[in-house]
Amino acid sequence: MSTVEERVKKIVCEQLGVKESEVQNTSSFVEDLGADSLDTVELVMALEEEFETEIPDEEAEKLGSVQDAIDYIVAHT
Amino acid sequence: MSLEGKVALVTGASRGIGKAVAHELARLGAEVVGTATSETGAKAITDGLKDAGYAGYGIVMNVAEPGSIEAGLKEMTERSGAPQILVNNAGITRDNLLMRLKDDDWDSVIETNLSSVYRTSKAVLRGMAKARWGRIINISSVVAGMGNPGQGNYCAAKAGVEGFTRSLAKEMSNRGITANCVAPGFIDTDMTKKLDDKQRQAMLEIIPAGRLGDPREVASVVAFLASDGAAYVTGETIHVNGGMYMG
Repeated sequence: MSTVEERVKKIVCEQLGVKESEVQNTSSFVEDLGADSLDTVELVMALEEEFETEIPDEEAEKLGSVQDAIDYIVAHT
Repeated sequence: MSLEGKVALVTGASRGIGKAVAHELARLGAEVVGTATSETGAKAITDGLKDAGYAGYGIVMNVAEPGSIEAGLKEMTERSGAPQILVNNAGITRDNLLMRLKDDDWDSVIETNLSSVYRTSKAVLRGMAKARWGRIINISSVVAGMGNPGQGNYCAAKAGVEGFTRSLAKEMSNRGITANCVAPGFIDTDMTKKLDDKQRQAMLEIIPAGRLGDPREVASVVAFLASDGAAYVTGETIHVNGGMYMG
């Protein structure tokens, strides 16, 4: 079983069409990985599916970086 | 113009404009899934497409029920994959002058003609966004712009569909997804057969073309909007009404 970190990074790569080597824990989805507003919505939906959880909009807005997403998932699943 | 390799979902495809659209998209090579509210209707769609030698079939879906939309989409996705083309055509009328209009007449028309478009569009968007290609074509009506006595509910729903479509078009255009409306005028279908001779005569007098439209004349415009050639047309309403109203 992969770790949360690995699973999150895999989804980020799939959704944003970036290479694994480009994705650091500190990477910002918008500034570093080039996500637009639709990308971030799709990313959140993909995370919800992968981790079978629901991320409320006000929480989703705070997920700015890969580490933010990992922390949220660890704390809520 | 070819729609080879595409899967299209057409709601309300057992007769009238929906049937003509289903057959036209299929003629151009798409696999077409048409919806009807009954098993009999769905079977008629399957048989009609088969008899014409086209790929596709009918399924049961009541667009006024969220659960039914979900189930229908699941069925078609398992069988054919997610739709790249969605034609929201299913619609009803419950005409009455406003002073006599019942809440139920209002609610059912808004639910079936407007809320359904929101639900089906939302349900297909992710697949289209992933594919970076999609076409959503909503069948509006000339009365959305013109207004029509006795159709406050229908006019509100159709004008709502046009506004919704423009918003959707702006949201999704950088994903290769277009959203447009086709607004038919007076087309020769069961819906317009309900009108009496006097109403029909009054309508014909305001149609410069001097005749009713054929459902196929609506279908050909839908097919254009579904094609690659229409990739840069989005948020638009195309009128098909013999000159009766020009926006």
